[in-house]
Amino acid sequence: MLDPIKRRAGLSALAAAALLALTACGGGSVSEQTEANEEQAAAAGGDCGEFNILVHPWVGYTADAYVVGHVAEEELGCTVNYVELKEGGPSYQALASGDGDVILEEWSHQAELEAAVADGTAVDLGSMGAVGIIGWYVPGWLAEEHPEVLNWENLNDFADEFRTSESGNQGQFLGSDPTYTQYDEAIIKNLGLNFKVVFSGGETATVEAFEKAQKNKEWLLGYFWEPHYIHAEIPFARVELPPYEEGCDKNKAEVDCDYAETELKKVASKEFMDSGSPAASLVEKWTLSNEDQNQIAAYITADGMSPEDAAAKWVEDNPDKVEAWLG
Amino acid sequence: MATATVARPVEPGAAPPPPPEPRRVPRWVWALVVLGLWILVWSFTRGDDTLFVSGTEQTDLHERITDIADGLGGSAITGVIADGINAIVETLQGLISTPEAPRPAPQIGWLGVVAIATWVGYAVASWRIALLVAASFVSFGLFGFWEDSMDLLIVTLVSVFFAVLIGFPVAIAIGLSRTASRIVTPVLDLLQTMPTFVYLMFVFILFGIGAPNAVVCTVAYALPPIVRIAGFGIRDVSPAAIEATDSLGQTTWQRLWKVQVPMARRTIILGLNQTILAALSIAIIAGYVNGPGLGKPVLSALTQNNFGAGLVPGLLIVVMGIMLDRTTTAASERSERVARGGGEDPRRRRIVLGSLLVPVAVAVWYSRYAIDAAVFPSNDLASSVASRANDWMESITSALDGPSGAFKDAVTYGLLNPLQSLLAESPWWLAYAGLLALSLVVGGLRALVPAVVGLTGIYLLDLWNDTMVVLNMTIVATALVMVLALVFGVWMARSRRVDLIVRPTLDAGQTIPAFVYLIPVLALFGPTRFTAIVAGIIYAAPAAIKLVADGVRGVGETVVEAGRSTGSTTWQEITKVQLPMAKGSLVLATNQGLLYVLAMVVIGGLVGAGALGYDVVYALAHADYAGKGAAAGFSIVLLGILIDRVMRAAADRAGPGR
Amino acid sequence: MTQTVPPTTPVATERVAGDPALSVQGLWKIFGPRAERIIGTPDAELSRAELKRKTGCVVGVKDVSFDVAPGEVFVVMGLSGSGKSTLVRMLTRLIEPTAGTVEIGGQDITKAPDSRLRELRRKHVSMVFQHFGLLPHRKVVDNVSYGLEIRGEKKAARRERAMRMIELVGLSGYDQSYPDQLSGGMQQRVGLARALANDPELLLFDEPFSALDPLIRRDMQNEVVRLHRELGKTMVFITHDLQEALKLGDRILIMRDGQIVQVGRPDEVVARPADDYVREFVSDVPKSHVLTLRWVMRPVDDQVAPDTPVLPCDTVVREAARVVLDHNGPVLVAEGDRVVGMVDDDDILRVVVAEER
Repeated sequence: MLDPIKRRAGLSALAAAALLALTACGGGSVSEQTEANEEQAAAAGGDCGEFNILVHPWVGYTADAYVVGHVAEEELGCTVNYVELKEGGPSYQALASGDGDVILEEWSHQAELEAAVADGTAVDLGSMGAVGIIGWYVPGWLAEEHPEVLNWENLNDFADEFRTSESGNQGQFLGSDPTYTQYDEAIIKNLGLNFKVVFSGGETATVEAFEKAQKNKEWLLGYFWEPHYIHAEIPFARVELPPYEEGCDKNKAEVDCDYAETELKKVASKEFMDSGSPAASLVEKWTLSNEDQNQIAAYITADGMSPEDAAAKWVEDNPDKVEAWLG
Repeated sequence: MATATVARPVEPGAAPPPPPEPRRVPRWVWALVVLGLWILVWSFTRGDDTLFVSGTEQTDLHERITDIADGLGGSAITGVIADGINAIVETLQGLISTPEAPRPAPQIGWLGVVAIATWVGYAVASWRIALLVAASFVSFGLFGFWEDSMDLLIVTLVSVFFAVLIGFPVAIAIGLSRTASRIVTPVLDLLQTMPTFVYLMFVFILFGIGAPNAVVCTVAYALPPIVRIAGFGIRDVSPAAIEATDSLGQTTWQRLWKVQVPMARRTIILGLNQTILAALSIAIIAGYVNGPGLGKPVLSALTQNNFGAGLVPGLLIVVMGIMLDRTTTAASERSERVARGGGEDPRRRRIVLGSLLVPVAVAVWYSRYAIDAAVFPSNDLASSVASRANDWMESITSALDGPSGAFKDAVTYGLLNPLQSLLAESPWWLAYAGLLALSLVVGGLRALVPAVVGLTGIYLLDLWNDTMVVLNMTIVATALVMVLALVFGVWMARSRRVDLIVRPTLDAGQTIPAFVYLIPVLALFGPTRFTAIVAGIIYAAPAAIKLVADGVRGVGETVVEAGRSTGSTTWQEITKVQLPMAKGSLVLATNQGLLYVLAMVVIGGLVGAGALGYDVVYALAHADYAGKGAAAGFSIVLLGILIDRVMRAAADRAGPGR
Repeated sequence: MTQTVPPTTPVATERVAGDPALSVQGLWKIFGPRAERIIGTPDAELSRAELKRKTGCVVGVKDVSFDVAPGEVFVVMGLSGSGKSTLVRMLTRLIEPTAGTVEIGGQDITKAPDSRLRELRRKHVSMVFQHFGLLPHRKVVDNVSYGLEIRGEKKAARRERAMRMIELVGLSGYDQSYPDQLSGGMQQRVGLARALANDPELLLFDEPFSALDPLIRRDMQNEVVRLHRELGKTMVFITHDLQEALKLGDRILIMRDGQIVQVGRPDEVVARPADDYVREFVSDVPKSHVLTLRWVMRPVDDQVAPDTPVLPCDTVVREAARVVLDHNGPVLVAEGDRVVGMVDDDDILRVVVAEER
C-alpha cells in the first residue's frame, strides 16, 4: 500500500526524468544515423553483410581481429561479429557450422586444420605475416645476473634455485595454457633435465608469474612466445635449446630440440571464401607484422584502450598498410 | 569414586534411567588409528601403483568416451533446438540489445527499456523496487555495458523460462511420488556437481557455440533449484488440508491445482528465485563459447590481465543479481498480500498502472527517435573506475607481497604437500582402503554404499591420481573455509552490527564471477595450487559463514541465558554452549563448503593447480581429449556425491543440535 | 500353533431396528507389508505388541462391527492410539480398510470404484477434522463452497448456499476473512459449514473440538446439539473426552487397542461398564448426571403408599433427587404407564455420595 503523496512524488520524478532526457539530448535522430550508415555501406561498394571473426583468447589475436574488423566495418560496410572461442577444435567446428568465418592467427593445430581442409569446410590462406616464436624464457634480471642459465646444458646446476612449492624436489618449469602447443615434458625428459612441468593454466597466470619474477627477482623458467605485448613492458631472455631441425618434433614423445619458428596462418571457412563477400578478399590480402601486432596490443594493455579504439588509432596512423589490403 | 550412588526416584511412575552406555572408543581415536595404519603402509609402498596419468596421456577408456561423444555429433533434433533458441534470443536481442544494420540502435533504445523495466518493477512490486530497477538499468548503460547487460538478461530470462517449463512438471512429479523423487534426485545431484566446463564441452558438441550453448548449459544448471525446492514445497503441504479436501470428493487433478500448488506457492517462488540466481551465476561461463552477455568482457579482461576492466562488468553482474533477487522476492510478497485481499483497491491500481503506460510509451517512442535515447551516450566512467581499481590492486598486492608468499609457503609445505604425498603417492588400493575406512568412521554404516560406489567409480574412470590431488586441495581449502566460517560466523551471530556490515559483502562475494578476482589472487600467489585454493575459499566461505552465523544465532536464547547465569566467560559460552548446540549447522556448513570448493576445481585448472581441472580445460580445446575431460568431470561428480553422502550420514549421527 | 481359530466375534454389536444409515461389518485395518494375509490366520489373534514383533505389522482396527440408525448421534470413544481415527477414516476410505464392509445407505462402499466413491464424498458424507484442514489461501466463503466447487456447481449457486451455511454456524459477516484471521473455534465453525454445505445425510466428526479451549469446546458442543436438532443428520462423532461422549451421544462405542470394548447408551456405559478398563474410565463421571432411575431402582414391594409420586424411568438421578428426598418413603418408577420399580432416599444418596468420595 502506497500513500498518494508518495505515488505522486514517484510520478513526477518519472515525468521529470523523461523531460530531462527530452531536453538534454541534443544528438541526432535514429533515422538520420540509419541513413548515414546505409550511405556508407553503399559507398563501400555493397553488400558485405555479416562477417564473423573468430577471436582466440590472447591479446595479440585481439589486435588482429579488431584491426580487420574495423577496416571491414568502416571501409566495406560489413556487420562484424567477434566470436570469442578457445582455439583448436571449437574454432574449426565454428568454421564448419558457419558460426565463424575466419581464424586470423593459427599457431598450430595441424591435425584439425588438415581434417577441415580435407572435408572441404576450411581453406588454408597461408601466412598472416607474423612469425610465432615459442621457446623457453627467463625474466631479464636473471639473464643479466646469471647468464649461464641461458644455455640448457647449465640448467641442471640451477635446478634447486628454480624449485617451488609446486615442483617437489625438482626445478619448476612453468608450462602455459593447456590449449597451447607444448612439448616441454618431452624435451625435459629427453634432455635429461631435473625439472618438472607445472602448468600455469593460462596466459594471464603466466604473464603474472613473469611480471612478479622480474619485480621481485625470483627465479623463473617457463614457456613463452613472441609476438606478445608484454615484451614491451618487461625484459625477457630466451634459453638456448638444441636447435630445431626439420622433423625433430615429429614424434611428440621424442622431441629433444627447440620449438620451430611458426609461420602464423590465416584459415577461413570455404563457404565464406566462395561467397564473394568483399571481406573475403580483405582477409586474403591482410597481413600484420610482429611489430605492428605488438604495437596494437600495447595500446590495449599498457594504455588501457578498448580494442576498437586501439584498432582505429593504428589504422589512422598506417593508411598505406591498410590501402594495400583493400587494393 | 568407589561409592555406589543410590538412585532416587525422580518422579513417581517415571521410567527408570537408561542403563549407562558402555564406554565406547570415540570416533576420532578410530580415525587416528586408520591414519596411523595408512601412514605405516604408505612408508613402505610410497610411489607404487599411484595410477598417475600425465596431462597429455589418455587411456583406452577415455578414447572410447571420445568416440561416443563424436558419434553424438549435432543431430537433426539438436539442430532444430539450437535454431529455435537462436531465433528466440536473436529476436529479443534485436528488440533491446543488438542493433540490426544499418540501424544504429536496437528497436527499443535504452530509455525505452529503462522505462518499461521500471514500469514492470512497479507493476509486480512497489515504487521502491521500481527505483532499484531503474537505477540498475541506468548503471548498465552508465558503465558502458548496455548491450552485454541486456544480452545477459535475455539469456538468463530465456533460460529460466525453459528451466521452469521443464522443471515445474518434474517438481510436481517428485512432490507427488516418492519413486519419482528417488529417481530424479541423483540426476539433480549430477547436474549440480558436474563442472560447467564439462557441460560446455558436451553441449558444444551437440549444440555448437553461442546462444544455444549458453541457454542449454544454463538451463541444465538452473534446473535443480526449482525442481528440488518446488518439489519439497508440494510434498510439504499440510496433510490435514489434503485429507479434509479429499473427504469432499476432489479428483487428483483438483487436489493438485486447487490445494497443493496454491499452498506451496511461497516455496515454489523461492525455488524460482534460486533458479534465477543460479542461471545468472552460470551464464558467465558460457562466455567461453561465445555465449552472449557480461561474461565476455570479464573473460577478455582476464586474457588482458586487466583487473579493473573485469571488475566493472563483474560488479554489474552483482547489480543484476541483486536487482533480480529483490524484485522476485518483493513481487512474491506483494502478490501474497494482494491474494489475501491486502494492498490498494485493484481498480484504482489498474488506472494508475494504465496511466503510467503513457510516459512509458512516450519514452519508447522517443528512444526509437533520438539517437541519445537509443544508444547510451558514452563516457569514460568505466575506464576511470577500472584504472583506479588497478592502481588500488597494484598497491595492495605489492604491500602484501612478502606476507602473502610466506603464508602460501606455510600452508603449502605444512599442510598441502604432506597430505598430497599421503593421498596421491599412496598405492591406489591403500588410498581406497584408507578413504573407505575413514568414511565408515565418520559416517557409520550408512556411508558404506556411497563410499564404495564413489571410490570404485573414480578408480574405473582412470583418473585416480588426479582425483586424489583434487581431494587434497578440497580438504585443505575446506579446512581454511571452516576457520573463516567459525571466526566470522560466531562474530556475526553475536553482533547484529557486524552481521549488517558483513552480510552484503558475502552476498557480493558469492555472486561476483571468480574470473574477476583471479587476477589479484594470481598476482599475490602465482600459478600454484594455493591460488586455486584461495579462489575456492572466496567462493565457498560466504555460504559457510552465513550457515554458521544462522546456526549459532538459532541456539535458543534461554539456553545461552542459562549458561550465562552459571557465570561462564564469553569464550566458555561460545565453545561450551553455542558451538556444540549449533553442531548440525556446522556439519552442514562444512558440507556446503566442500561442495562449493569442489565447484571451483576446474577454475583451478586455469591458475596452475593442474589435476582434474587441467584435464577439463585441456579437453575443451582438444577435441580428441573429450573423453578424458568427461572422465574428469564425472570424477568430480563422484567425489562430490561421495563427500556429500558421507557428511550427511555423519550429520544424522550427530543428531540435531547435539 | 497349528490349530485355526475363527475370527473373534465382536464383544458387543448392537444392531438397530429397520434400515441402518451406516452399517459396519468385520472391519479391519492392519498397517504394514502384506497386511491382508494376516487376517484369518492365528496371527490375527495376537496382541498388538506380539504381532508387531512377529510380522512388523501394526493393527489399527481389529474386527469392528456396528450399525448407526438414521438421525442417530453415534459416538466412538477411546484414548489416543485406540484406532478410533483410523476407524472413522475407513468409513469413506480416506484410509483403505484391510478387510470388512462399510455400507452407507445400503450400498457397500468398500468395493466402489473411484468415481462412485467421489460421488459419495461429494453428496452423501461429509467430515469435520480435528485440525480443521482449511485452505489458508481461500477466504471463508471459498472454503465453505469448496465442496460445491469441485462438484462443478455454478458460482452464484454455490456462493448463495455457502452464505447460508456461514449464517447457520453463526459466522455472518466473516465470509470475506481468511482462516488465519479467525480464532480456533471460529475456524472449526468454518469446517462445520464446509461439511454442511454439501448437504450430506451422514456427518463424520474426528475429534473436532480437541484443539479448542474448554469454554469454546462447550459452545461448540452445544452448537452440534442445536444443529442436530435443527437438521436431524446422522452423525458419527469421534472423541477421547468421555464428558463429550456422554453429552452428545445417543449411543457410545468404546474402543481400546483397535477393538470394541463396549457399545451402549450413555447411562448403560456408566452403570454397567463392560470391563475394568471402562470402569476406570467412567469412575470420575458424576453419575448422578448420567444415571437414570432405571439403573438405581429396586423391585416394588407391597408397602407402597397410595399417594406415592411416580417418575419416568428415564429421569436422571440428579433431577429425581429433590422429589425423592422431599417425599417421605420410596417413590415409584414407571416406564410408560407401567410401574417397573421404586427408589428411596438411600438409593439416591448412594449415587450422589459415591461421587463425593
